[in-house]
Amino acid sequence: MSSEATGDAGLLGAVCPIPITNYSEIVLAHGSGGKLSHQLMEKMVLPQFRNELLEPLHDGAIFSIGGQRVAFSTDSYVVNPIFFPGGDIGKLAVHGTVNDLAMCGARPLYLSVGFILEEGTPMEEFWRVVQSMREAADAAGVLLVTGDTKVVDRGKADKIFINTSGIGVIPEGINISPGRAHIGDKIIMSGAMAVHGIAIMSVREGLEFESEVASDTAPLNGLVETILATGEDIHVLRDPTRGGITSALTEIAQAARVGMLLNEATIPISEDVKGACEILGLDPLYVANEGKLLAIVPPASVERVLAGMRAHPLGLEAAIIGEVVTEHPGFVTMNTRVGGRRVVDMLSGEQLPRIC
Amino acid sequence: MKYLDEYRSEEIADKIVAEIHRTVTRPWVLMEVCGGQTHSIVKYGIDRLLPKEVELVHGPGCPVCVTSLEMIDKAHAIAQRPDVIFCSFGDMLRVPGSDGDLLVLKSRGADIRIVYSPIDCLKIARANPDKKVVFFAIGFETTAPSNAMSVWQAKKQGVQNFSVLVSHVLVPPSIASILQSPQNRVQGFLGPGHVCTVMGYREYEPLAERFRVPIVITGFEPIDILQGTLMTLRQLEAGTHTVENQYPRVVNREGNKVAQDLVNNVFEVCDRKWRGVGSIPKSGYKLRYEFREHDAERIFDVREIDTQEPANCISGLVLRGVKKPHDCACFGKQCTPENPLGATMVSAEGACAAYYAYGRHLELNPQDLRQPAEAA
Repeated sequence: MSSEATGDAGLLGAVCPIPITNYSEIVLAHGSGGKLSHQLMEKMVLPQFRNELLEPLHDGAIFSIGGQRVAFSTDSYVVNPIFFPGGDIGKLAVHGTVNDLAMCGARPLYLSVGFILEEGTPMEEFWRVVQSMREAADAAGVLLVTGDTKVVDRGKADKIFINTSGIGVIPEGINISPGRAHIGDKIIMSGAMAVHGIAIMSVREGLEFESEVASDTAPLNGLVETILATGEDIHVLRDPTRGGITSALTEIAQAARVGMLLNEATIPISEDVKGACEILGLDPLYVANEGKLLAIVPPASVERVLAGMRAHPLGLEAAIIGEVVTEHPGFVTMNTRVGGRRVVDMLSGEQLPRIC
Repeated sequence: MKYLDEYRSEEIADKIVAEIHRTVTRPWVLMEVCGGQTHSIVKYGIDRLLPKEVELVHGPGCPVCVTSLEMIDKAHAIAQRPDVIFCSFGDMLRVPGSDGDLLVLKSRGADIRIVYSPIDCLKIARANPDKKVVFFAIGFETTAPSNAMSVWQAKKQGVQNFSVLVSHVLVPPSIASILQSPQNRVQGFLGPGHVCTVMGYREYEPLAERFRVPIVITGFEPIDILQGTLMTLRQLEAGTHTVENQYPRVVNREGNKVAQDLVNNVFEVCDRKWRGVGSIPKSGYKLRYEFREHDAERIFDVREIDTQEPANCISGLVLRGVKKPHDCACFGKQCTPENPLGATMVSAEGACAAYYAYGRHLELNPQDLRQPAEAA
């Protein structure tokens, strides 16, 4: 395979800058949240729209309107199957955008929804998704205020695709952003990892396995309010969705130009999920979560934040999983269970099941 | 988790590591044969717990890596046909052939599916009677029984539209080939635990005897690997060269007779090309003549495809333990999992990919990650 050494310097507007990756078409891995996703954004999209709000490639943009600080975020949902243990695409679409706003420290207020429906989708299934979205919006305390619907030919979409966007207001005195991760800060995970990804895989066609694992999809704005109510200075919040803990922490490490050191033994994981990961040959550090958050806080605040989280139903298993360090800025390392140490790097694409 | 946590215990690891430090008096080079073992070693940083005298080099036991370029090109030729559903183990999808990988073919419209078991392909074949379902049957002796079972079942049940593209490889001939090489540095082996679960370890005894090397059949968890390393080092220090079994909870000397019989019924031994290494006599399986109706090479007539390997990569030397991934100037630079130049970067179990996945290309000074010895 030839690797064309284009080099960034020679890139002009009209030349497609992507051949570095060797892919001349979009492949699924471009949507995995790993390195190829980042390359796609950084090489193709960001240069066209560059501005200081977009630049951080954060979950949401933060800006002021009439003196009020506002967070604005959008996300699309194409999960397959659309109904899975513990949730469905509708719940996920509400929770996802609510959570992205909450991770900016915002109180989510209003959502928009865009449906792309495949011709032939049973009405009953669409109805169940809409009902589920209403329940999720009620539970999260947000209003769905505008929307759009399109229908495409059979085969041009997979039943139901949903986009949601949302805005929320950021209370006075809150300053949460990936760039604020500071040397010495502790990294807290709100509960067991990799639950959502394993729940989805357990029902995916051709992969079905017996499992009791149900998705952890949940609105995190309540938990975030509890955390903020401690009055402590929270530096960073992030929900480690696609790409798992690894992608989330690597992005923060790169944004703040700090290193991170995890402790494998303290990262919460359930027996069921661990077993499924062993059997499937997957590393839970890369598997998606939909109802968990990472909080990066100064050491002096750790105990109060942890106590606050553990008092909330979504933070009962909260644990300190690592800390922010001076060494290896931009990278995450981990002390392994047997006392070794390794770098935990973002994947280039999807995790693929291994042969043996 | 029971039966797992015990084999990842830091306390037990510490004890074995201390014993290894007491045992070693001079430099030794050990090879772990399996890709799964390489993966574990790098994932848990096991090599960094060992004394500096002990060097672990990584063996040829990643079936994805050693599948020849020619065979990948045959797979691509078949997978691109509109009448075919091509099924494969997940990690074969990213292996580049002469023109892209299976993921690219999928993005262009080929029907390519990941399966966990070849038996699932029979289900797919029955559900799609107007399509030809092809399974890419790769792997060592470990995957041979289930692959053989799919063919045997297809014949028995008359599933006409199912065939396999066979590229099986065998461990003992590859060990012999490594030991015969004038460049060989390997003095002892951690033998392949899962291969021996199927085959037993009888056939390793003549190898240990002929080449005067200790071979310790070893499992895949950190404690297994540390214990296998200790057993091999004890033999080397004592000057013995026998086959020992570190993995008795799964492996015995005779192996799984039922599985072996099935494999022998469906497959026969043949010469096989290994990616990065070349042809090794009697180092693979092919379908027996009785099963020719399920032979994808014959059905789709791709037998004439003959691809030569590019010469710009040291993966052949890595596969034989002569070089390590970071000895290569391309490692982590021109050659990455996104753009692999050769065999050992293409699968998660390949030595180069394992080094890359666990961040060793990022380390200016690997010594920084060696943990200081615990103060007593």
